Amino acid sequence: MPEEATTSGEEDVLRAPLVLEYPFKRTTGPVIGAFLTALREGRFIGIEDDQGKVLCPPVEYDPASGASLTKLVPVGSEGEVLFWSWNQSVRDGQPLDHPFAWAMVKLDGADTPMMHAVDAPHDAMVTGLRVRAKFAEERIGSMDDLLCFEPVS
Amino acid sequence: MTDTASSEPAPIEIPEGVWSQPEVDMSAIEEIASVESVRSVRAFASLTYDYTPGLATTRFLRAIKEKRLVGERCSETGKVYIPPRGVSPVSGMPTTEQVDLGLDGTVVSFCVVNLDFTGNAQEIPYVSALILVDGSDIPIYGLVREIPYNEVQPGLRLKSVWVEDSEMTTSFENIKWWAPNGEPDVPASELADYV
Repeated sequence: MPEEATTSGEEDVLRAPLVLEYPFKRTTGPVIGAFLTALREGRFIGIEDDQGKVLCPPVEYDPASGASLTKLVPVGSEGEVLFWSWNQSVRDGQPLDHPFAWAMVKLDGADTPMMHAVDAPHDAMVTGLRVRAKFAEERIGSMDDLLCFEPVS
Repeated sequence: MTDTASSEPAPIEIPEGVWSQPEVDMSAIEEIASVESVRSVRAFASLTYDYTPGLATTRFLRAIKEKRLVGERCSETGKVYIPPRGVSPVSGMPTTEQVDLGLDGTVVSFCVVNLDFTGNAQEIPYVSALILVDGSDIPIYGLVREIPYNEVQPGLRLKSVWVEDSEMTTSFENIKWWAPNGEPDVPASELADYV
């Protein structure tokens, strides 16, 4: 608001777009902060759990034992699609403006997958597809620094 | 957005045993450890509505595009409400009579805003007031300008200041702010029912 209101149908009642926005600011903590710092640098990190497995994206606590995790380790920018789902009807705010795949991508060096968009034609999508991260040119330390994954050609 | 260390608030001491996160070991990722860390993010939660104000407020907004303020009267109490919602909040009955109001009003109560906040476009300090439009029985919010903030008081008479005719739309933002109209103050006793 205030955009010029329009009328719609019955009895000439006005109608207008109204955007309500909450400008939240969140602290990241040291683990997520390190992950976002790495994204800003155009790379990935994970965290080692109690068993020596690498979780990426990193979490603060071991999912099995609840123990605090602190050992951050590098993870590759390429990986493998474990499974995926096609998104034909793209909505505002999604990573891409054309149909794409939501995929669980296990990055090289990680033992757990992360969900993100894969920018590939439907007929190119297959379990086991090798993909590479595509980063934004201007990065600020936010999840949006990672635009999507693309097939490794 | 990355914050610089200088804009961070002083560290908060967390009592032993209360949730906190331990220091992380960054020895394996030195290239990350050597750059400034991300400490916070802006996370906008945005809700997009398709807003329709209903019949009564549509009538009000169409009038405001013509630089008129209209209210609607409760048939039981005779009170005039602005902006009209089509129903009396007291009797619950539909308001059926449309009433042309004046373009002047009276300060009922006010607040001097001294704190800046996100999204605020006004220079502080500024005065936000509840203004009783002439002919109405419930005050509306408005900005009071063209008078020092410390001279605003209940009873102050105001005129509405509008955008240029070419900019008029079906929006309450047609009224830019309110300014003194030069008339003598209204005695506080006459405002008692509206505070």
